[in-house]
Amino acid sequence: MATPGATTLPDDMAGPIPPALRGILPVLLALPVLALAEWTLGASPFATYLLSVVGVNIILAVSLNIVNGMTGQFSIGHAGFMAVGAYIAGVTSLSFKEVALSFLPVAASDQVLFVVALLAGGACAALCGFLVGLPSLRLRGDYLAIVTLGFGEIIRVFVQNTEAFGRALGLSGIPQYSSVAMVYFWVFAVVLVARRIAGSSHGRSLWAIREDEVAAEAMGVDTTGYKVRAFVISSFFAGIAGGLFAHFVPIINPGSFTFVKSMEIVVMVVLGGLGSTTGAIVAAIFLTLLPEGLRSLFGALGAEGSLAQKVDQIRMPVYGVLLVVLMLARPQGLFGTKELWDVLPRWLPRKKKGLT
Amino acid sequence: MSQLLQHLINGLASGTIYALVALGYTMVYGVLKLINFAHGDVMMVGVYMGYATAFALGREAQRSLWGVVVIFAVAMGGCALLGFLIERFAYRPLREKPRLTALITAIGISFALSYGFQLDIGFLPGASPRAFPEVIVPTEWFIVGDRDVVVWNWQVISFLIAVTLMGALQFLVYRTRFGMAMRAVSWDHRTAALMGIPTDRIIALTFMLSSGLAAGAGLLYAIKDTSVSPLMGLYVGLKAFVAAVIGGIGNVPGAVVGALLLGLVEEFVVGYAASTWRDAVAFGFLILVLLVKPGGLFGRVAAEKV
Repeated sequence: MATPGATTLPDDMAGPIPPALRGILPVLLALPVLALAEWTLGASPFATYLLSVVGVNIILAVSLNIVNGMTGQFSIGHAGFMAVGAYIAGVTSLSFKEVALSFLPVAASDQVLFVVALLAGGACAALCGFLVGLPSLRLRGDYLAIVTLGFGEIIRVFVQNTEAFGRALGLSGIPQYSSVAMVYFWVFAVVLVARRIAGSSHGRSLWAIREDEVAAEAMGVDTTGYKVRAFVISSFFAGIAGGLFAHFVPIINPGSFTFVKSMEIVVMVVLGGLGSTTGAIVAAIFLTLLPEGLRSLFGALGAEGSLAQKVDQIRMPVYGVLLVVLMLARPQGLFGTKELWDVLPRWLPRKKKGLT
Repeated sequence: MSQLLQHLINGLASGTIYALVALGYTMVYGVLKLINFAHGDVMMVGVYMGYATAFALGREAQRSLWGVVVIFAVAMGGCALLGFLIERFAYRPLREKPRLTALITAIGISFALSYGFQLDIGFLPGASPRAFPEVIVPTEWFIVGDRDVVVWNWQVISFLIAVTLMGALQFLVYRTRFGMAMRAVSWDHRTAALMGIPTDRIIALTFMLSSGLAAGAGLLYAIKDTSVSPLMGLYVGLKAFVAAVIGGIGNVPGAVVGALLLGLVEEFVVGYAASTWRDAVAFGFLILVLLVKPGGLFGRVAAEKV
């Protein structure tokens, strides 16, 4: 039987592995590697920070891809869900500051509370995703895109005017619990969920909605239900990403979650190819590291010190031009709906075709 | 009571300006079924063109009647050209592609313009807002009681200009051959092409018209706000777009009604509640309207065929 797990492992290898383990096997394999990475990176705060930002962006891009890429519902308010996660997790952590689980060592207790805060943020973001998904019952296409945009802006204004969230100043003093291992654990989680959705019958329905919503509905697909669920899953992970973000930057404020941030994530998804999980990952890594790379390149050139400072300024117009050029030259993005292994050279070992 | 009257006047004044920008969204959506996200940024470029022209004219000339006419003409003409270029090189190659590609392109152009204008390289103006020259020297025209209700001359002038432009547009769309061709393209652009209507030219002209209108509206906005900044297009454009959707996008009277409603709602929120909630209220109003009437107040929801 072609279970969704078969898409991550060849069928002939799947034998000795208990089915229950198959789905989470990549995570189990990755955990020691992550621990090792954490241990080696301990000395370099900058590398840790950069890797965390990359990881958070991967989570955001992959989760947005579930809505924009797989379901074809163009959401442009992802930063709003991220903001919900960041603020709820931040406030939860702040209120837990004096609490410690006495039966655990302090570090472990902190991590447990951190996970609780993250889940709280994710749950609130998922609830918001549910609320945003509901109008998709009546709205489609451009109109839904505008509602998501409006929702993102409403959240930003709400946060800006709420005393408990520090208004425009933002939240500071959130304990810095986040670690590379924790960020990448969630990266694995979101990638697993996205891949397993893509291969499941649930995913088939999402693809059907993406290709032709009216036809899908005529075939008996509960379009509203699937769309709302896609929104909930996607915004849950956006909330987690926000929570992780809140726990490694010194301060979060409404300015970090504007329309611009949403567009950054959209650019990642579009560049990678709407519908391609690995494409979203590659694009997220590339676009996050690009400014840093340019900055160090300009910095190394020496005299043009001001050029290095302008990288952040130049980034946004370049994103805009990139989108236009991409749509004109290669509208399907780098990978289209294919995954990385579908476009690898022929001589590499390939798995059997599990997905279209 | 007088406070209410003052808010009404202010709301209508900003509503008419939104309406002019919203008309551009509606026209382009009508013929292309494209949400032209870059519309607000084209408007911003137009305002900078007007700004540069005003400086070139000098302080005395910019306040004279012919100076104002020159400023408006240069900005509107320049913007029409910009609109033509954008349509020709970014949207036309995508005409037969899925609508999402055009939407993403529009967002890309919007970002390239609004953030490109924030750079301070070469002739680009830099991120900080600049004071727009006093093209129309503000004077109070009607004062009721002890300054209870004040109507400024720029409010009246911009209201008159806006109404004139709207009337001209209404005439153009419903009384001329070009307007008829435009409506035909909007109805079904393949059949229109078969009937001998040069669809490409009509679409290009519609773009130029909407961009020119946007520049005019942007100048009125800049005169009201007395400032110009690279990000003004993003915000004014977003508001105007919200107005167009509230009225039912693709519907000319709907855009005007939606814009006036939005102007009033915003003004009342700022006047009676808190100004910081203004943007949220605009979007909340939009979502509310869409939930009740998914096609906007005057729009129709077209049944989709497989």
